[in-house]
Amino acid sequence: MALLDIQNVCHAFGGLVALDSVTFSVFPDQIKAVIGPNGAGKTTLFNVVSGILRSDTGDVLLEGSPITGLQPYEIGQRGISRTFQNLSLFAHMSVLENVMVGCHCRTRAGIISSALRLPRHRRDERQAREKSLEYLAAVGLADRRDWPVAELPFGQRRLVELARALATEAKLLLLDEPASGLNTKETDDLGQIICQIRDRGIAILLVEHDMSLVMDISDSIFVLNFGKPVAEGPPTEIRSDPEVISIYLGGDFDSVTD
Amino acid sequence: MQRHPIIPIVALVGAIIAVQVTATLSGREYYLTQLIMSAYYTIVVCGLCLVMGYAGQLSLGHGAFFALGGYTTAVLTTLDFSSGAINLAATGLGRGLLKVGILVAQTDLYGRDFVAFTPWAAFIAALLLTLAIAVVVGYPALRLRGHYLAMATLGFGLIVYRLLLGTEWTGSADGISSVPGWHILPGVVICGKSAHRVKNYYVAWGLVVFVLSFIVNVVRSRTGRALRSIHDGELAANAMGIHTAGYKLKVFVLSAGMAGVAGSFLTHYNGGIGPSEAGAMKSVRYVTLVAAGGMANVWGVLMVGSVLTFLSLRGCFGSMDHAVFGGILILIMSFAPQGPLKPLGDFLSRVRSACRRAPRDSAAGRPGDGDLPGRLG
Repeated sequence: MALLDIQNVCHAFGGLVALDSVTFSVFPDQIKAVIGPNGAGKTTLFNVVSGILRSDTGDVLLEGSPITGLQPYEIGQRGISRTFQNLSLFAHMSVLENVMVGCHCRTRAGIISSALRLPRHRRDERQAREKSLEYLAAVGLADRRDWPVAELPFGQRRLVELARALATEAKLLLLDEPASGLNTKETDDLGQIICQIRDRGIAILLVEHDMSLVMDISDSIFVLNFGKPVAEGPPTEIRSDPEVISIYLGGDFDSVTD
Repeated sequence: MQRHPIIPIVALVGAIIAVQVTATLSGREYYLTQLIMSAYYTIVVCGLCLVMGYAGQLSLGHGAFFALGGYTTAVLTTLDFSSGAINLAATGLGRGLLKVGILVAQTDLYGRDFVAFTPWAAFIAALLLTLAIAVVVGYPALRLRGHYLAMATLGFGLIVYRLLLGTEWTGSADGISSVPGWHILPGVVICGKSAHRVKNYYVAWGLVVFVLSFIVNVVRSRTGRALRSIHDGELAANAMGIHTAGYKLKVFVLSAGMAGVAGSFLTHYNGGIGPSEAGAMKSVRYVTLVAAGGMANVWGVLMVGSVLTFLSLRGCFGSMDHAVFGGILILIMSFAPQGPLKPLGDFLSRVRSACRRAPRDSAAGRPGDGDLPGRLG
């Protein structure tokens, strides 16, 4: 069964149709990339899936049950987490605290048990700290845990955001242009980390402009153009799809990937 | 960062005791009067710090919540509930309340017999009313992102102020006086008599320590991280599964409740309350004190709030009160925008890390250690 089903989702901003009958599925253990030129509706699609925008028509199903119209935090609690194109870290917190915010929806201690330091608070704190350190280690930032997040270089801040998304114990991660602003080395490392996440059994929906990264790591690619689905398939197929090639540069696809 | 939070709290308790002992031994116990009053205002300011400094939601109505707590206490303990339009004592409910001792027949200073609520009952009513009204004011405003709370609370404060001024049974412009003392514990009475001053001092500052420990604990917890994440990026916090609207409302109501409690206590201590407590300038002053204390820095807010309020109550700034507050705010914003305690804290942590590095070379890099942040494979 598909983890995420997007069925006939349409969204328009006034007269501009950003998503036009988009339908596709993401399966567990899959890296699915959504590509398309600027303005194709990729970020709108993310915002609909994560509940920031509400689709005009159509449904989004997570493990078969509809999540359309839920608030972002409810979708987060149900197991979809995301990163942001322009990074949205909590600037006044340490690296570790940022990741611990991700543990929020998997812990329960309330304001009273925290204020009185009841056992539940202690247990939750310990659990959140251990988990967060684990996720920081997974992205290679364990020794940066006490840094103020704002003082990290950009590439590492991207990884903190990834660790924070992982800490929600999501079944599906939405990564919005995770490689933008990264250099080649950082992009390669990121690709490896994303594959490791997939291998832990977490599905990934990826929006990315870096074609070589997309072609390297994706299991399946979905192509959007002006809100309309154009093609869907494994990277080898997409690479040679004449319609996709004409959308990108109107020429040879390999000139983009190399 | 992992410093145990109990140490500064013990230090605060020590300072509180030291101040009282010094004041008593030097024959200046009268200073305690203003210290008691400033303690209650400090509770309002610390509560506002939680909402404003940590959760990033501006409230311009904390003066009104303080007044709401104070006035509820004052009305319920001084109004005669056995005559006129509100002859509660004649009803079945009233007789029941009289029997269990929630309503009490008493005689005031001028020998007038009247029936009013006991301070404990009035206090609980004041707290519940403040919380309920905070929910009503906060609920619509906090469902939205942006500065809607500031506008809603500003309007709310103005309404409360005008209502108090225009209502006869709240004493109009005179407010309410002759509020009785409150026997809060055996032998402890919240009232302004000088014989009770030292006990009142410890009640007031004990309450400050309690509120402060509460806030310090909450800030360093799951809830505190949620609040701070709302401040830094509400959308991202929401996407991480945090019910942002719920947290904002919870912390706002909690903070309003602290203001109401402080209002209730101070009204007993002062023996009365006036409408100026609900004025917009009061609310603005609380906001100013939070800003001057360093916003998300409850210790700085405590220090600035209590010291400046004390000096102001002693009349040190004379008629230039507002101007001095403005000047201090400008100075702090220019030279220590994170509060006057921040530079001190930075200095101490530098000393501490220097001491720690001396015996064994610390491996974990921190910015400023000369270790350039590099990419890790």
